[in-house]
Amino acid sequence: MSASAQVSEQQTENENKREFLTFVLGDENYALDIMTVKEIRGYEQVTKIANAPDYIKGVINLRGDIVPIIDLRIKFNVGEVTYNEFTIVIMLVIEDRIVGIVVDEVSDVIKVGDSEIKSPPEFGVAFDSAYLHGLTSIKEQMIILINIQKLIKSNDLALYDAATEVEQA
Amino acid sequence: MSVDMSQFFGVFFEESHEHLDDMEHLLMEMSLDDPDIEDLNSIFRAAHSIKGGSGVFGFDALTGLTHVMENILDLARKDELVMTKVIVDQLLITVDTLKGILTCYQNEDEIDWATIEKDTKALEALLSGGDQADNAEDENEQGYGFYKQPVVDDKDNEAFGFFEPQEDDGEETAFGFFDDEDDDSNQTKDVAQNASSESDDGFGFFDDAPGSDQVANGGSDNSANGQDAKAPIEASKAVQDVATSIKKDQPNNNNSPKSTPASDNKPRAKRKTQARSESKESSSIRVDTGKIDSLVNLVGELVITQSMIKIVGKEVHGETEEKLDGAIDELSRNIREIQEAVMSMRMLPMSFAFNRFPRVVRDLADKLGKNVNLVIEGGATEIDKGLIEKLVDPLTHLVRNSIDHGVETPDIREASGKLAEGTVILAAEQRGGSIIITITDDGAGLNRDKIMEKAIKNGLDVSEDMPDSKVWSLIFEPGFSTAEQVTDVSGRGVGMDVVRRNIEGIGGAVEIESHQGVGSVFTIRLPLTLAILDGMCVSVKDQTFVVPLTNIIESMQPEKDQLKTLSNDNLLWVRDEYWPIVPLYKLMGIEGAQQDPTNAIVVLVETSRKRFAILVDELSGQQQVVIKSLEQHYKRVSGVAGATIMGDGSVAMILDVESIATEANIPIEKEVTSVS
Repeated sequence: MSASAQVSEQQTENENKREFLTFVLGDENYALDIMTVKEIRGYEQVTKIANAPDYIKGVINLRGDIVPIIDLRIKFNVGEVTYNEFTIVIMLVIEDRIVGIVVDEVSDVIKVGDSEIKSPPEFGVAFDSAYLHGLTSIKEQMIILINIQKLIKSNDLALYDAATEVEQA
Repeated sequence: MSVDMSQFFGVFFEESHEHLDDMEHLLMEMSLDDPDIEDLNSIFRAAHSIKGGSGVFGFDALTGLTHVMENILDLARKDELVMTKVIVDQLLITVDTLKGILTCYQNEDEIDWATIEKDTKALEALLSGGDQADNAEDENEQGYGFYKQPVVDDKDNEAFGFFEPQEDDGEETAFGFFDDEDDDSNQTKDVAQNASSESDDGFGFFDDAPGSDQVANGGSDNSANGQDAKAPIEASKAVQDVATSIKKDQPNNNNSPKSTPASDNKPRAKRKTQARSESKESSSIRVDTGKIDSLVNLVGELVITQSMIKIVGKEVHGETEEKLDGAIDELSRNIREIQEAVMSMRMLPMSFAFNRFPRVVRDLADKLGKNVNLVIEGGATEIDKGLIEKLVDPLTHLVRNSIDHGVETPDIREASGKLAEGTVILAAEQRGGSIIITITDDGAGLNRDKIMEKAIKNGLDVSEDMPDSKVWSLIFEPGFSTAEQVTDVSGRGVGMDVVRRNIEGIGGAVEIESHQGVGSVFTIRLPLTLAILDGMCVSVKDQTFVVPLTNIIESMQPEKDQLKTLSNDNLLWVRDEYWPIVPLYKLMGIEGAQQDPTNAIVVLVETSRKRFAILVDELSGQQQVVIKSLEQHYKRVSGVAGATIMGDGSVAMILDVESIATEANIPIEKEVTSVS
């Protein structure tokens, strides 16, 4: 373990820190709340859904549950949309619903205290700033913290029926 | 108390709900002329069990009310009180109240003491009602009837130690039995928030009754007696006989405001209910439905795993191949049996939904001053539990509708040469893979002119030469009601659209057949189960879809001369009919599929109202599939009823033929005749 990591470990004890899973979309590093992550698995063949937007790849069978898979690269127009044996799907559980998101790469788990989060810029990121917690940097690298719950539930993604949207609001 | 009682609450609530349901059924079935002593005993026991349990758990609201109820029933079963319609009505109201209280305790809501007291008083009044009249006539015998009460009470307390933590006898009897002052004082002890004087106003159940003063006075007189009375036990019987016979003669005196005048002498709504088919002794255990559901899911998984093994097994050759094949066959047979067994656990007889209707019909018929005979058929038909729960509301609505709008009042019926008593038949039967539920009434039938008038007023797209079936289905449009008067029963125009939506929501369809002056039939067609479906797997390019077998008429590869084109729509000429062709690749947005029908397969399907042909690349076999919801993790997809997991673990969509028809704009008429 490197020295800097140990320093940040020590800070943890004094401060209320949350754990985030970092992943890569295109050239950018993102992170999401690790408590929403169910599992990480490789990309597999999906069954297409008729008349769904292109970023909704389709559904897969996750041990008996029919789970939709969305590709954030298509939705936010970042990176190259390729599917190979290295393509990763992060399975998330958001309010009892499971959804998989396709990302280029999963890198690390980081701990971030509230004080380390800087407010997000209004532009320059693929995501609407409403879906961001903010920015943080680890080892000189900027990481964008996504408010994944808000993003998945948003009308923007239209993953759920409008009725459920209201219910959850 | 050292034992944590709360762990038994759940069982108590469940059992009490069951007891109350039993009571309701028995009360409904009881004939007033010749009450079955066994039934009365059962009702009494049910009330007693609830009282006992509630005493142990300290649910005082239940204890008080069931106690009075028990008293009435006790007299009735000892033949000392003649059951009248008024008493049965009041008992039924009390059952409802008890259900309410039970739910309150269950949800830890505030108890509605006002209603409890109102019902308690109403019951007391029934108990003492005869005595009141008695008092007025013969002062010497005044009040003897009351002394029965403490006696019954004593006995109970001795027999069951449920009331130990409570006050002594005198106090307990006072609760809910004697006059206001006693009640209030007792209750303020029990519930601080119950303001004594205010609550009195709320109980005005008998305000209009001429004898109400008497009740109060008589009550308070006797409360004094009651406290010190070690009652003369035997004397009461004779009095009681007089009392009840007088009571029989003047039921209107203490009548509940709800019952209509002149209703008491006529035999009302005779009911024939399906003989309770299951014997009460059959042994059973309570299982949480969630556990069964997860079992169903697991078995579904097992089916898939088995298919996977089968696929892998094809790679094995030589001697082992044979052995493996045999073992896999054995496995699949076993799994199929498990699947059937598990599915049957979810099935319940239709009577679970039907049993509530005698009560609904009775109440409604009384309220509307109509004579209705409810006939229930096919209560033993089994149907998925999930469906039953979702059926109750639409069914209730349709039955209420039949009585309110369908069946006419007795005088109108007689004027049109019908029996004064209308008949509503509620029937269920299994036909192939569907359950057919019909609600038939011999009432006035739907009025075509009125519906058309209303439709035009509502700005609906109608024409005068529409076929009847199309006119009838207009009543399922939102905001549609042709009732001349809005009653609190129906007629507000909310409902029928909800009925249709609910039924279609569980994969069913509803149809109406009606003839003016003869009556109407509402037919609900439902799938047998929500969980498993027989389907034909079809493929388009590399995607597999499942078409429900119930919709399929036949599949074929069309010849060139069977195809016709009409304004860009392909039509198929089969069996002397033109069938519109719906290409599945277009509907599902799949590229590279077979587009030439002569090289592809058409699957002829029909729904309740429409027929058409679905164009697919090929058929890949018939299979039982486990239906999985898409909505659980995603949302509804148009044209798709759900998804299933195929043998190789991949997901296939199950087509919703009904919604495809709507989406593809298939005309409702079965024939497209205008083609030359």
